[in-house]
Amino acid sequence: MLTAEKTRAKTRSTVPAPRPAPVRKSDGRPPWMERPTRMGTTAKAVAVVVVVLAVAYPLIGVIGTSFASQTDIIKSSGLVLWPDHPTLDAYRTIFTGGVVTRALFVSVGITVFGTLASLLVTVGMAYGLSRREVTGSRFILMTALFTMLFNAGIIPNFLLVKGLGLYDTYAALVMPTLVSAFNLVVLRSFFMNLPEELYDAAKVDGAGDFRILVRIVLPLSKAVLAVISLFYAVTYWNAFFNSLLYLNDTDKWPLPMVLRTYVLQGQSLNAASAGEVLAPQQAVQMAVLVIAVVPILCVYPFLQRYFTKGVLTGAVKG
Amino acid sequence: MADTAPPLPREKRRKWRKQVEEPAPPAVPAPVAPRRLTLGQRIKRDRVMLLLTLPGLLYFVVFHYVPLLGYVVAFQDYQPYLGYMHSVWVGFANFSAAFAEPAFWSATFNTLEIALVQLVFFFPVPVALALLLNSIASDRIRRFVQSVVYLPHFIGWVIIVSIFQQILGGAGVLPDVLGSMGLPRYDMMSDPDAFPWLLTLQVAWKDAGWGTIIILAALLNIDRQQYEAAAIDGAGPRRRLWHVTLPGIAPVLILLLILNLGQILSVGFEQILLQRDAVGPDAGEVLDTYVYYHGIKDNDWGVAAAVGLVKAVIGTALVLGANKFAHRLGHEGVYRGADR
Repeated sequence: MLTAEKTRAKTRSTVPAPRPAPVRKSDGRPPWMERPTRMGTTAKAVAVVVVVLAVAYPLIGVIGTSFASQTDIIKSSGLVLWPDHPTLDAYRTIFTGGVVTRALFVSVGITVFGTLASLLVTVGMAYGLSRREVTGSRFILMTALFTMLFNAGIIPNFLLVKGLGLYDTYAALVMPTLVSAFNLVVLRSFFMNLPEELYDAAKVDGAGDFRILVRIVLPLSKAVLAVISLFYAVTYWNAFFNSLLYLNDTDKWPLPMVLRTYVLQGQSLNAASAGEVLAPQQAVQMAVLVIAVVPILCVYPFLQRYFTKGVLTGAVKG
Repeated sequence: MADTAPPLPREKRRKWRKQVEEPAPPAVPAPVAPRRLTLGQRIKRDRVMLLLTLPGLLYFVVFHYVPLLGYVVAFQDYQPYLGYMHSVWVGFANFSAAFAEPAFWSATFNTLEIALVQLVFFFPVPVALALLLNSIASDRIRRFVQSVVYLPHFIGWVIIVSIFQQILGGAGVLPDVLGSMGLPRYDMMSDPDAFPWLLTLQVAWKDAGWGTIIILAALLNIDRQQYEAAAIDGAGPRRRLWHVTLPGIAPVLILLLILNLGQILSVGFEQILLQRDAVGPDAGEVLDTYVYYHGIKDNDWGVAAAVGLVKAVIGTALVLGANKFAHRLGHEGVYRGADR
């Protein structure tokens, strides 16, 4: 490893007449790196702004349009970024009973119960497989991991759900995606990386396997559990595939199905909801979109810092 | 629970004892051979752990392995009211029926076309974005941009397609802007020729940011000293990118590329199903939607299952092959490292 002095000495010998650049420690640039040119910096800044806008503009546009009144919508094209005459009519329309309100309850319900169920089963399995000396754990792990390689496909899954009597039940939205092998691997490798001494100490103190899980392992795993909950919750919140396949009864539809019918396929929600208010169709559609996105936007910032760790554990070890 | 604690393995017990009472005489006379527990004893010892594993194991067996039996339908003239047991066996008739149908080949062609366009035009996007993110010197700005670009990954396809409809669709932003400039109002959402490009655009919006995570990690793993040495030898930023950065992340890129190739028959089902009707089945039908419409919509169970089976077998072979190839190249692959 080169010391700082040596580096500087070498730089001096090969680079002719280094400009005595002002020392700026704060920008974290190593001494050998060129000062960025103004054009390079500008290009980079433009690129960053474009990327951020490409993500943010549609989202802001959707939120803006959901508050827009009829005049705002006629004035602008497609999306209203900043409504001049903001109104809550759209939200009043969808919340006065009717399809969207019911779908919202369904979605919240399957998200809460589904996430809890998935978390329980995944934690149990990941912990049970986290110690190699457990009889058969390797075989069970391979059984689970092998499912990452193939997918039974639409028809067999459909026939199975029908055969189990889950068709047209809420369980059909949860059971087929109960455990994700990816999350299982992430959680298991986290458990395995906890210091061995913890287990030993707990055992010497007379704790059984279950008590170790509840008293020692879980309290240490809050961060990774949060990320995995988010992954599961998002899956259930966005559940479209399962509801499309396994739900025939429109009364049981979760939010994504309602979105598809009333926003994508353009059926009128005013007719479908019980309310009297007549908000502009487009604002109502965007309000439904907002309701579908906002929960994600709300939990996202709190969990964002854990992503990299979680994803990389899964990608490298999974 | 305390009384059920299984006995410690001998080695650990000794280690423990050593730590507590250092100069203690060997209290346990060392046996000649380690005592082997029978299977029953081991299961009894591990019963809590195994019980915790059981629900998950049941899930994987019931929802991933049992459905494979459902593929018998591919060899039957399956009628739901008759069931597997009483439906007529027809051998490979469903397969030949599917292969004789132009719609099947069109769906195959569309699947490959979409996969290829995505592979060529989406694959480099996260790499470029990661390089951009990596070059942002300010930590705070970089974190902010990262939070923004990761976000769309969590938004469901229904929402994303709806948003695109608002922007590119017939009554959306783009046609209006084009119209106000005197150009024809172009509706990308219903243009069959643009379909693979539309899908790629949407995938890029959703997952380009998420895809940077693994590449950023690879970038972080490159030894700083390589850059330093290159700079000292007179390599400018562009040559450092070419000779240090790209070789540094090449293993990860190759791995990702191979794995993508393995997934080539599985283009996004939800995303395409939602937009198939806007462009029509000629351009919008892929293998998965073909199976869905033939089987679940038209009750042509046998043919749909046959196509599904062909797709599943070839797809699994591709994934296994790709993974094996990755090992061959000296990478851990995706599944091997799991038991470490």
